[in-house]
Formats: sequence, structure tokens, C-alpha cells
Amino acid sequence: MEAFTTHTGIAAPLKRSNVDTDQIIPAVFLKRVTKTGFDDALFYSWRQDEDFVLNQPAFQGASVLVAGNDFGTGSSREHAVWALRDFGFKVVLSPKFADIFRGNSGKQGLVAGVISEETKEELWRRIDANPGARVTVSLEDRTVTLGDFTAGFEIDDYTRWRLLEGLDDIGLTLREADDIERFEARRESWRPRTLPVQ
Amino acid sequence: MTADTSIPSIPDNPRTLAEKVWADHLVSKGEGGQPDLIYIDLHIMHEVTSPQAFDGLRAEGRPVRRPDLTIATEDHNTPTIDIDKPIADVTSRTQIDTLRRNAEEFGIRLHSLGDAEQGIVHVVGPQLGLTVPGSTVVCGDSHTSTHGAFGSMAFGIGTSEVEHVLATQTLPLKAFKTMAISVEGELRPGVTAKDIILAVIAKIGTGGGQGYVLEFRGSAIRSLSMEGRMTICNMSIEAGARAGMVAPDETTFAYVKGRAHAPKGEEWDRAVEYWKTLPTDEGAVFDAEVFIDANDLEPFVTWGTNPGQGVPLSEAVPDPESFEDESARSAARRAIEYMDLTPGTPMKDVAVDTVFMGSCTNSRIEDLRAFASVIAGQTKAEGVRVMVVPGSAKVRLQAEAEGIDKIVTDFGGEWRFAGCSMCLGMNPDQLAPGERSASTSNRNFEGRQGKGGRTHLVSPLVAGATAVRGTLSSPSDLEPENEPALSGAEA
Ligand code: SF4
Repeated sequence: MEAFTTHTGIAAPLKRSNVDTDQIIPAVFLKRVTKTGFDDALFYSWRQDEDFVLNQPAFQGASVLVAGNDFGTGSSREHAVWALRDFGFKVVLSPKFADIFRGNSGKQGLVAGVISEETKEELWRRIDANPGARVTVSLEDRTVTLGDFTAGFEIDDYTRWRLLEGLDDIGLTLREADDIERFEARRESWRPRTLPVQ
Repeated sequence: MTADTSIPSIPDNPRTLAEKVWADHLVSKGEGGQPDLIYIDLHIMHEVTSPQAFDGLRAEGRPVRRPDLTIATEDHNTPTIDIDKPIADVTSRTQIDTLRRNAEEFGIRLHSLGDAEQGIVHVVGPQLGLTVPGSTVVCGDSHTSTHGAFGSMAFGIGTSEVEHVLATQTLPLKAFKTMAISVEGELRPGVTAKDIILAVIAKIGTGGGQGYVLEFRGSAIRSLSMEGRMTICNMSIEAGARAGMVAPDETTFAYVKGRAHAPKGEEWDRAVEYWKTLPTDEGAVFDAEVFIDANDLEPFVTWGTNPGQGVPLSEAVPDPESFEDESARSAARRAIEYMDLTPGTPMKDVAVDTVFMGSCTNSRIEDLRAFASVIAGQTKAEGVRVMVVPGSAKVRLQAEAEGIDKIVTDFGGEWRFAGCSMCLGMNPDQLAPGERSASTSNRNFEGRQGKGGRTHLVSPLVAGATAVRGTLSSPSDLEPENEPALSGAEA
């Protein structure tokens, strides 16, 4: 995973709450067996509407999404994160994320930053006044800056550390292989197995 | 992280069910803001969220650590008719073939289409006796929460985590908060587990459970069958919760006992002894509590495009302007427009094109019995398509042995093979744009059942009555002389 420190890019406002992962990427696109190339599927139904924010000229090349409450609810599909990433998004800001989506983001180097209601409103207001404005997101300082407006965002320490260092989870866990073996040695024998016990 | 080898059998402090299961799966404790490393007892897989995980393993040359704790089935992409023919859709077929190849290469047990144990991931695990109390269960599917009905900690994971579990049989996880949802009282006839959970979600909202493990408690929960408890835990994800749980009791033990992979003999006795220690201790403190009066509940249906947008069936489509905050108002406006409804219309006047009886929420034998009890001897409403899709091949066989297939086909419904079917628009079973369904599934999102499709979430009993009347209905709306004996009031 690539390390993330600071990013500057065009911010797009997604003025909807409860954006579920079926909206981020409809199920029909989940049939692919690859991990990339999902950019065409992002917000597929909404993008059929030419007025949809990501179709507007000002937001071409947007890389920071400022979304409403409860972003990423519903299905656990990591494809939602892949689609955002493949489309070019590096950061999603929302006052509230669904847990699984937030977890998936952290695994793919997409920063899911929790902002306050006021910050969301202020960013939307400023983007409306100046469509195509660029924001700077600093993971080190946990801040988002648009012009002379700077606000903090929240991201948990562990995810932030992994993103800053670009660390791979499996590699980290395999450092604990001895602990896993010790746990398995004391694990109860009645626990079911899927295969016949050899 | 440091190893924690002590599993206290007598807690110093009263603990919740969730805390006990967590503590007993602690491989190592995270220090200084790091997550704990938690051992996974059962990993269930399907074709959609696994291909990229296997690719990841291959790229790093990593084996599957515990194939004996891993099982796969085909469900999301699979057709529910003509299952002996090759899958027509090429991309679906590729995904299924990919799972078959991966399962073979990595030594994972797979139940393929046509196999007697094939079915929806969350129906297959409990059916085989692989889902047992006090375990940790994961699957690359958000409705893994279903398995929490057994008093296990079960949650959906993304594909990166699927790869992580394959490689290490563990997950790094932050401790969750706990929320008690107490449902006290007695359900009226015709009110089911589905109505309880729809009422809970309408009350706490689709984000209300975020960060929490919900423990469903109280007399109304205790009186539910395992099928009913699974329906409730299944939809706890729709309240945003990480997991839902019900403490194991005699109902749980009776359901698990004798199943293919359940512990046997002396092992069974030891397991039950342990399972009996799991229920939340008296005096344990939850981070949040919610109370629901079961005596008051009515059949519940959704009017909107998220599972929290629901009302009792006897009420009307709400006026968006009646909601307190602006975000709820605008969400309701959008939803009502998408659903093509008019505020003030009684829900019972809403006519549907399709009734879908199936999905991991309501496709077990008891659900099918409940549905059949309503439609038996009745005539299907004209022009309504009725699809009945058992959750697994086993459920299908059992239902056929009980004559349920005959009741469905005599009624004019379609009797299908097992799979996710119309729960999500990924296989051939879909709504056409503008079509409206009453569906026993779990998500009424825009386009979930097919692009432009409109979904009302309902219980199996409401699905049955709606199939008879053609508009959203409960069994009590049927002609009195024809009113069925409700055999599956808890389904
Ligand atoms: S039935 Fe629906 S919710 Fe359940 S696993 Fe299948 S697609 Fe997911």
C-alpha cells in the first residue's frame, strides 16, 4: 500500500445522506474477478443523470468527496472502495461512516475522515460558491483546508499510522504467528471443523 | 501486542455475552490504541467477495492457514431455475468457475450448485451445525450477523479481510460497544420476528447501531424459534450494527444438537457446559439500552429506500415534511419520489407486481411454512408474480417433503431452486424498472432488486397475504371464513 501524508485536489460535494454501497456500486458490477477497473461503475445509476455532481465540468478530476451522513451503509462490498479509488478519490469526508466501509477504506489507502456537521456545511457552502475549488487534506495534522478555512477531521490512530506508513495488515499480523499458534494449541477440541478431522 | 493466555472462567466483573466471546478469542491484546487480534472459528465464503482475496494469497505465495475452518458455497450469482444448464451470463459463470478453481487449489470445501448442501451462506452454516454458540464467524457478506442468533460473534468483512482471515485465521479488531435491545411482552398473532427488527430499525435508525454489537434480550426474544432469532440478527446490520446476538439457551442447544458438524458425545456435554456460561451476567453494564414493547407491535412494512423507513402496515405513507431534521426530510422526499408513492396513502392500498419470498432473512423452513399457511387454499391476486426461493437445497427438499411446493404451485406461484435470487440484482431474478415488490429480504435500497425496482420489506406472513390480495396486507385482512390457522406465527 502506498503511504499517504498530504493530498491536494478538487473537492466534490455529494449532498445526500445514507449513501449505501449499492448506490456506490450496483451489484451487477460485482461479478468481475479483478481488483481494479471499477471506475466506470462508481455511482452508476446516478451518473446516468447529466446533472449529477460528478458529471459537472467543474468536478472533473475530483479526488476528495465531501458526503452527507451515514456514508457507505449496507453491503460489505469492498468494491465500493475500489470504485472510489479507481475513479480517482483519495479522501472521503463525512460526519458519519458505516463501520464496514470505514474498515475497508483503511485497507485500500482511501482516507475516510469524520468531519463535524458544521465542517460539512461550510465545505459545501464554499464549494458551491467556488465549484472546482481544491482542498488540502493533511493526514499528519488531521486537517482539511479550503482557502482560508481549516477544520479538523477524525480518523483513529491505528488506521492513520498504517496509512502514513503504508503498512500491509497481513504482514503485520504474521509477526504474531507465535501467538496464533499458542492460541490454537489451547483452542477447545469440540469446536466444529468444516472438513473431516484427519 | 502481548499474548493473553488467561481465559477466566469466573469473571471478577459481570460481563456481557459479547465481552465473553471476545475475551475467549483473544490471540493478543492490542497495546496503545492498536486493535486486538481475534481468532476466527468459522469463515464462510461465496463467489462474489472472494476472487480478489485468493489472488492476493497467490501473489504473496501464502497458503490458507485453516482450510478446516473454512467453507464455501455458491449463492449470489446463481440462477434459481435450469440449474443443470451452464449459467447463461458469462461474467457470472466466470465468477463461479473462479471460486471452483480457487477452492480446489487451496483445499477448501465447496458446495456447488446442484449439491445437496448448496444454498445461501447464512442458511448453510447453521444447517450444517458449523455455527455454534460462543464462536466467531465471518464472511465477506454483511448479513453474516445472522449467525449471532446462536450467541456467536458474527460479522461481515471486506475482501481484504477475507484474505487476512484466509492467511492468518485472525482479524485485528477494535473492541465494540454494546447495546441491549430488550423486547418484552407477547407478540400478537400475525406479528413476527421480521416485524420486531423492522420496528427496531425504524426506532434507532439505519445508523443507530453503528459501532455497537446489539444484544437482543427479553421475553419476546426468548420465545422466538432459532429461525426467528436469525431473522432478527440478520437485519441488525441494517441498523448499522457490527453484529447482533442472542444469548444461547435450550432452544439454541436443541437446534444445534445432532447436526452434521455439531459436537458429539462427551464433546457435546463439554460444549454445552461452556455455552451455559455465556449469557450476560446479572449486573453487567451495556453502553446503551433500547426498550421495545412487544405487546404493541403490529406487522411492519417499509415505504422508503432504506430499512429504517418503515411504518406499521395499518398506517399511511408519511409526509416528508413531518420529519424533524432536514436530512431525514430530504431523504424521505427522495425516497417517496423513487418509490412513486403519495404521502397519506394507506400502506394497505399499495399494489405490488411481485411477491418475493426468500433471502437469508426469511427462507428457512419455518418461514416457508408460515408463508404457505397463509396462501394455502387461497387464490393468487391476478397479475401478481409470486416467487418462492428456499434458502438452501436442504430446505427445498424438506419443504417438498411437507408439500409446501405443491401449495405454492397450486396457488400459482413459482417454486425455485436455492440461492440469493431476487434479494439482489446480480442473478437473473430481477425486478424490471418501475416494478414494485413485497419482499421478505432485507434491503429496499434503490435498484437493489433490479435497476429501477421498488421494494417493500415485509414478513413471510405479510408476503403471503399480499400475494392473495395484491396490495400490502396482513393475514387478518383476508376473508374471515378463509383466515388461515397461523402455524408459524414466530417465523
Ligand atoms: S440472500 Fe441477499 S442478503 Fe442474504 S447473502 Fe444473499 S444477497 Fe446477501
